[in-house]
Amino acid sequence: MVSFNLLLAVALAYVAFLFVIAFAAERSAEKGSGAWLRSPWIYTLSLSIYCTAWTFYGAVGYAARSGLEYLTIYLGPTVVMIGWWWVLRKLVRIGRSQRITSIADLVSSRFGKSTALGVMVTLMMVVAATPYLALQLQSVTLSFAVFADAAGDSWLSEDLTRSALWVALGLAVFTIIFGTRNLDANERHHGIVMAIAVEAVVKLCALVAVGVFVVWGVAGGFGPMIDLIDTSDIAQWQQSSGRWVGLTFLSGAAFLTLPRMFQVLVVENANEKNLITASWAFPLYLLTMSLFVVPIAVVGLKILPEGSNPDLFVLTIPLSQGLDGLAIFSFLGGFSSATSMVIVATIALATMISNHIVTPLWLSSKGPGAVVSGDIRQLVIGARRLSIAGVLLLGYIYFRLSGGGEALAAIGLISFAGVVQVLPAMIGGIFWRGATRWGAVAGITVGFVIWAWSLFLPSFGPDGILPQTVIDHGPFGIAALRPQALFGITEIDPLIHALMWSMLLNSVAFFFGSVLTFPQPLERLQGAQFVNIFEHSEGARAWTTSTAEAEDLLIMAQRILGSNEAQVLFQQEAQRQGKAGYLPEVTPEFVQNLERELAGSVGAATAHAMVGQFIQGASVSVEDLIAVADEAAQIMEYSNRLEQKSAEQERTARQLRDANEKLTQLSIQKDAFLSQISHELRTPMTSIRSFSEILREGGMSDEELSKYSGIIHDEAMRLTRLLDDLLDLSVLENGQVTLNMGQGNLKTVIDRAVSATAHSPTAITVKRRDGEETIPLYTDLDRLTQVFINLIANAGKYCDAKRPVLRIEPRKVAGEWVVDFIDNGAGITKENQQVIFEKFSRLSDHRKAGGAGLGLAICREIMTRLGGTITYLPGQGGAAFRVVLPPAVNPVLTR
Amino acid sequence: MAKRVLVIEDEPNIIEAISFILSRDGWTVHTHSDGETANERITATPPDLIILDVMLPGKSGFDILRDLRESPETTDLPVLMLTARGQTRDREMAERLGVTQFMTKPFSNAEVLESVRALVRD
Repeated sequence: MVSFNLLLAVALAYVAFLFVIAFAAERSAEKGSGAWLRSPWIYTLSLSIYCTAWTFYGAVGYAARSGLEYLTIYLGPTVVMIGWWWVLRKLVRIGRSQRITSIADLVSSRFGKSTALGVMVTLMMVVAATPYLALQLQSVTLSFAVFADAAGDSWLSEDLTRSALWVALGLAVFTIIFGTRNLDANERHHGIVMAIAVEAVVKLCALVAVGVFVVWGVAGGFGPMIDLIDTSDIAQWQQSSGRWVGLTFLSGAAFLTLPRMFQVLVVENANEKNLITASWAFPLYLLTMSLFVVPIAVVGLKILPEGSNPDLFVLTIPLSQGLDGLAIFSFLGGFSSATSMVIVATIALATMISNHIVTPLWLSSKGPGAVVSGDIRQLVIGARRLSIAGVLLLGYIYFRLSGGGEALAAIGLISFAGVVQVLPAMIGGIFWRGATRWGAVAGITVGFVIWAWSLFLPSFGPDGILPQTVIDHGPFGIAALRPQALFGITEIDPLIHALMWSMLLNSVAFFFGSVLTFPQPLERLQGAQFVNIFEHSEGARAWTTSTAEAEDLLIMAQRILGSNEAQVLFQQEAQRQGKAGYLPEVTPEFVQNLERELAGSVGAATAHAMVGQFIQGASVSVEDLIAVADEAAQIMEYSNRLEQKSAEQERTARQLRDANEKLTQLSIQKDAFLSQISHELRTPMTSIRSFSEILREGGMSDEELSKYSGIIHDEAMRLTRLLDDLLDLSVLENGQVTLNMGQGNLKTVIDRAVSATAHSPTAITVKRRDGEETIPLYTDLDRLTQVFINLIANAGKYCDAKRPVLRIEPRKVAGEWVVDFIDNGAGITKENQQVIFEKFSRLSDHRKAGGAGLGLAICREIMTRLGGTITYLPGQGGAAFRVVLPPAVNPVLTR
Repeated sequence: MAKRVLVIEDEPNIIEAISFILSRDGWTVHTHSDGETANERITATPPDLIILDVMLPGKSGFDILRDLRESPETTDLPVLMLTARGQTRDREMAERLGVTQFMTKPFSNAEVLESVRALVRD
C-alpha cells in the first residue's frame, strides 16, 4: 500500500529532479555547450505538452465511453505536423523574424501592432485556458485520491483540495524560477524545455509500461487481448462521422492556437529545420501514446468493479493488481503530463498578460517619458511573475468552484473550442493580405461570444450560470437563441453544434469585416511582411530618421534587456560600425534591430511604442509611406478607370472644341489676311494712281516727269513682287508645289545666293567659311537658293550695324548639317522672334524693306517642303537664323 | 497767310504725291512720318488741317485721333483720315473717334483737294 506521505515524497523528489534537470540545462546553455538542447529531438519531445493529463488519463476514459473517437484528438495534430510545410513553417518563420512572443502577439502584430487585439486575444485565451488548468489540478488531486482509496485511508477531502493548492503553488514556484529567468520571452527557456522533454519521456514510458502490463500481464498476451477487445463494448460503438471530422478539425486547430502549443512550436523553436524531424517523430509519439489506450480501457472495464471511473484506469489497474511500483510510475506519468502543460501554459499566458495588458497599461498611465524614468525590466518581470501566480490562482479557483465533476475530456474539448476562435484571424492573417484589424476583431468577437453562449456557459450545468429555462427555451423565450440549438438547428451534438456555428460565423465576420474595412498603413505593411514572409524574412519596420541619442536608447534598453545585455548589444553595434567606445551611431538599421530585441521582451507593439518615444518624427517610416502609397495606388487605380472614361469623353469634347476653335481661328486669319493683302495692294496703288493723275495733268519739268514716272515704275514693281510672293506662298501652303530635286553642293547654293544679292542697294558684307561649305545636297536647289537669298537680303535690309556684316556658317549639330546666318546688328527682340515667320510681319519701317513681310513665311514653307527647318537662333548677338538642311537621302551622297 | 496742312504718313511716295497736289494749290504742307511723336508735333505747331494715315510706325492713326479729340486745343481740329484700310469697321471706328472726313486709298487727287478746301474754310 502506498501512503500519502510516500506519494508526496515521490512527487517532491520528482519535482526536485526536474529542478536539477532544468538547472543543468540552463547552465549548459549559458556556457554555450548546449547545442544538443536545440536538437530536433528535444523540440519534438517538448511538443508532447499537447498530451496533458487529459490525454494521459482522459484518453482511456474517452475510449471507455466513446470508443475509438479519442483518436481524433491525435489525428488533428498529426495532420498539422505532416502538413508542416504549409502552415507551421510559415508560423515559425514569422515568429522568428518578427520576434513574436505569443499567439496574442502574433495576431496583434499582424494587424498593425494593435494593442486592442492583443488584449482581446489574451483575455480570451485566459478564459479558455483556465478550465484546462483546473483540469490538470483536478487530475493530480484525483490521482492522489485513487491512492487514498486503494490504501483504504480516509484522506479528507480537505487534504485533497489542499494538495491541489500545494501542487498549484509548487508549479507557480517552478514556473516563476525557470519561466522568468530571462526576461526575453523570445530567448528560449532551455531549462523548462529540457524538463518537459524529460517529462515527455516519463509519461510515454509510464503509459507504455501500463499498456504492456495490461496486455501481457493481465490479458495474457497479444492474441487474447484482441479477442477481449472484439468482445468488448468498444468494438460495438457506432462512430459518428460528423463528430470525427469535427473533432479532428478541432484538435488540429487547437494544436496551432493553444497558447502553450504556440509557445513550444513557434517561440521555443530554435531552428526551423527541427520541424522536419518533428513532422514524423511527433505523430509517431502520438501513435505510441494512443496504442495502449483501447487495451487499457477494455481491460479496465472488464476487471474493475462496475462504476469505476474509467479516467483513472491507468492508475487503478496496476493498483488493483497490487503493482504499487507501476502505479507510482503511472502516477508520475500523469503528474508529468499535468505539470508540463501547466508550466508552459502558464508561461505563455503570463507573457501575454504582461506584454499586452500590464505593460501597455503602465506605459500609457505614465505618459511619454516613462520609459526613461521607470524601471521597465523590474516592471515586466514583476508583471510576469504576478501573471503566473494569477493564472494558476484562476485555475485553482475554477477547480474549487466547478467541484471537479465533469469528465476530463469534456472540459478539454470545451477549452479547445474556445482557443480555436483565433484560427481564422491567424490563418487569414498569414495567408491573406486583405485581412484587416476590424475583420479580426469581428471574427474573434463573434466566435468567442457564440462559443461562450453555446458551449462554455452551459458547461457549468443546468442552473450553473445559465438557468435551465434559457437552455430549453432561449433567452426571453427566443427559441432561435437557445444555446444548444442556435437558429433552430437541433439534433447535433452540442460540441459540434457550437464548433460549427462559432467557426462559421467567426470566419464570415472575419471575411466581411476585412473586405468592408480598409487596412491602415501599418497593417498593410505587417500584412505584407507576414503573408510574404519568405520573400523578406529580414524585414521589420524600419525607422528612417532618428534624432534619438544613443545614450537615451541605451538607458531604455538597459531597463528592459538588463544592464549587461544592453551594453553588449550596443558595444557590438559600435564595433561593427568601427567606432571606439560603447555608443554606436543611431542608424535606422540599429534602431530596427533594437526594436526587435526589445520586442522579444515586451512584445512588438510595446517595443514600437517605446522606441517611438525616442525617435521623433519617425512615426512614419519609408515602408509606412510605401504602404500608404500602395494604398493610394489602389485608390488611384480605381479612380483612374473612372477617369479614363470621362477623360475619353472629355478628349472627344476637347477635340471638337479645338476643331471649332481652329475653324474660327482660320476664319479670323483669313479675314485678317485679306485685309492685309488689301492694305498691301492699296499702298503702292495709291502712289501709282496719284502720280499717274499728276502726270496726266501735264505741265511739269522733265526732272519732275522722270522722278514721278520712276515712282510709278517702282511701285508697279513692288506690286508685282507682292503678287509673286502671294502666289508663291499660296502654292507652297497648299502643297501644290513641284519640287525639282537634284544633286548639288552647299557651296554652289551659297555662291548663287550671295551673287544674286550682291548688287542690291542694301547689299551686306558676307563672311563665309569656304573650307566647310563642301557639303553634298540632294534637294530642290533653286528653292534652297531662294531661302538663302531671302535671308541675305533681310540681313541687308534690317541689319542696323554701322558696318553690317553677315556670317554664313555651315556646321554639324546633333548629326545634322545646318547653316547659320548671323549678322552683327541688334538682333530681334524676344517677343518678335515668335512672329517674324508669320505673314506680313514686318517689324520695322517697311519703306526700307520694300517687301510685304512675306519673305520669312515663304522661307519657312519652303524649308518644310524640303524636309528641313528654319528657325531663329537666339543669343547670337545679331539677328541669327539657322537653316537645318534636309537630309541628303540619296545614299551615294550621304557618305 | 497760307493755310497749313500737316500730312502724317509713312509711305514716302504717298507723302510726295499729297505734298505735290496741295503745294500746287497754295497750301503750306508739313509732313510727319512717325506716329509716336505726332501728337507732340501737332500741339507744338497746330496746323489748320491734318491728313492722317492709320498704319503708322509707333502709334496708330486711330490713337492719334483719339488723343487729339481728348485735348481741348485740338478737339475741333479738322482731320482727314486717309487710309488703305478701307473696311467698314475702320470707317466706323474713325467716325466714332470724331474724324472730320474719312477717305480710302487709292484716292483721286481732285477729291483730296476738294476735301481739303472744304474742311478749311477761310
